[in-house]
Amino acid sequence: MAAEHTLHSSNGKVGAAIGKTLLRLLLIAQTIAVVYPLLWNVMASFKTNAEVMENPWKLPKSLEWSNYVRAFTTARIGDYMLNSVMVVVLSMAILLVAAVPSAYVLGRMRFRGRSFFNNFYMAGLFVGGVYIIVPLFILMNNLHMLDNLFWLSAVYATGSLPFSIFLLTSFMKSIPHDYEEAAMIDGCGYFSTMLRIIVPMARPGIVTLIVFSFFDFWNEYVLAMTFISDDAKKTIPVGLANLMQIQQYATDWGSLFAGLVIVLVPTILVYVLLQKKLTQGLMLGGVKG
Amino acid sequence: MTMKTRRGIFIATCLLPGLLLFLIFKVYPSLQIFQKSLYLWTGLSDKPKFIGLQNYIDMFHDNTFLLALKNTGLLMLVVPVATLLIALVNASILTKSKLKERNLYRTVFFFPSILSFVVIAILWSFIYHPTMGFLNAGLEALGLSDWALPWLGDQRVVLWALAVTMIWQAAGYYMVIYMAGIDGISPDLYEAAELDGATWIQQFTDITIPMLWEIIRVTIILSINGVLSISFIIVSVMTAGGPDHHSEVVMTYLYSQAFTNSNFGYAMAIGVFVFIVSIILALTSNRLTERGAN
Repeated sequence: MAAEHTLHSSNGKVGAAIGKTLLRLLLIAQTIAVVYPLLWNVMASFKTNAEVMENPWKLPKSLEWSNYVRAFTTARIGDYMLNSVMVVVLSMAILLVAAVPSAYVLGRMRFRGRSFFNNFYMAGLFVGGVYIIVPLFILMNNLHMLDNLFWLSAVYATGSLPFSIFLLTSFMKSIPHDYEEAAMIDGCGYFSTMLRIIVPMARPGIVTLIVFSFFDFWNEYVLAMTFISDDAKKTIPVGLANLMQIQQYATDWGSLFAGLVIVLVPTILVYVLLQKKLTQGLMLGGVKG
Repeated sequence: MTMKTRRGIFIATCLLPGLLLFLIFKVYPSLQIFQKSLYLWTGLSDKPKFIGLQNYIDMFHDNTFLLALKNTGLLMLVVPVATLLIALVNASILTKSKLKERNLYRTVFFFPSILSFVVIAILWSFIYHPTMGFLNAGLEALGLSDWALPWLGDQRVVLWALAVTMIWQAAGYYMVIYMAGIDGISPDLYEAAELDGATWIQQFTDITIPMLWEIIRVTIILSINGVLSISFIIVSVMTAGGPDHHSEVVMTYLYSQAFTNSNFGYAMAIGVFVFIVSIILALTSNRLTERGAN
């Protein structure tokens, strides 16, 4: 009510209405700026090449579904997508196996060197991907890890590791210690205490982590472009960027736009489903780079 | 086995997978860039030759690098300021004016921050396209065809065009962070201000900004660092550094030195330099924004 009231008291009723309309206009203008490029993309994906070159504001005359067919056949969007799914699943599995036990131990057990490990991982937050891409490439080349989706996923998981441990450790800390004591008395070993009792309780944190990591892994471009050169193993972002470069000469715009739409649709679906979780997570984890 | 060794084994087993990954894919390469930046190393088969600080000296005689540095600096200044300002204003409008459709705006504004940078870069290449793009077509429709430009092909505007894309991408993300922060401010403060007859703008500058200050400080650093990594993708997809290196940024230059020219040692020296500069920037920004600094 704040803005309304202020305007109310200072300018009267008419002023309030005008103020509100102005605010709305400002917000609607921004909404158009965000949504229109996406709508335009959908429109262009149904146009013939000749139409794309014409007026960009016009609606397509008829729906060119063949653009979508070509996106799957000649442009191989389907293969890229499958690779991306595989990389996301692998990276997520590696990340969870590495991050959850580490966070459990660092957040809930006392031992010598604990604060060293905490600081060690914290330092990792500052060393981003592109700085170390050259030595990483040389290392992976020497170890024959290039052109391999598993090792690409391992690198992705490592990239997310510092933040994940940081986020999960604070979650683990917030669970009362009585649970472990009760489990130990019942004769539960260390591993089963962690997996059966504490991990289920830390589920909100783990879900937040999965949601964030999903988008990171699905969208990653630089590492995938550098470490994967075999066309059959490319992920979606790399495939699309390639397609964009090829289309400048082949000028098959339709299939490029269709490809973009094919990538946008699942993203929008996941977003609509997870929107709450995502914005909550942003507040939960504080802030994430 | 005693209880104590069992406990020790458990701790070690839990830490091991993470530690292995971290050491191989993060710590080792990080140490490498510092060490190998002191070597002349051209090509995988080449044996690195120690040359001391020569790579760092060369950097400052390399005009393309200096131009890339200038471009990056400009983006690091313009993009965070504009992004965070837009985010703050939107966040305060959406939290303080009880518009019915505010959740819809929030959902829409946040959306670009989950899109792949590649998708964004491709979309914006077409927005700016001289003939097919709807920016120029829109200007012509409004009778402003004199303003139509080959946005990404013009040395004077290319960097600004890329900055707009980067702001479009990030503003919604920071807006959501600020909205969470504003929700945490006691409503009493705003009520009291209203009773005193404070206008909306006064409430924004005298309550919202001071109360959010700690969050704003963090987002300044996040957003400066974000520019470094996002500019790499935006530039490499949209312009490849062109025209004539006028949109080259340090990260694209580093990358092309390494993977096009096989100048590994030099590329790593650039990496070290940028890394140190970005830490200095973060510390400086922290200092400057400290409460009571002015």
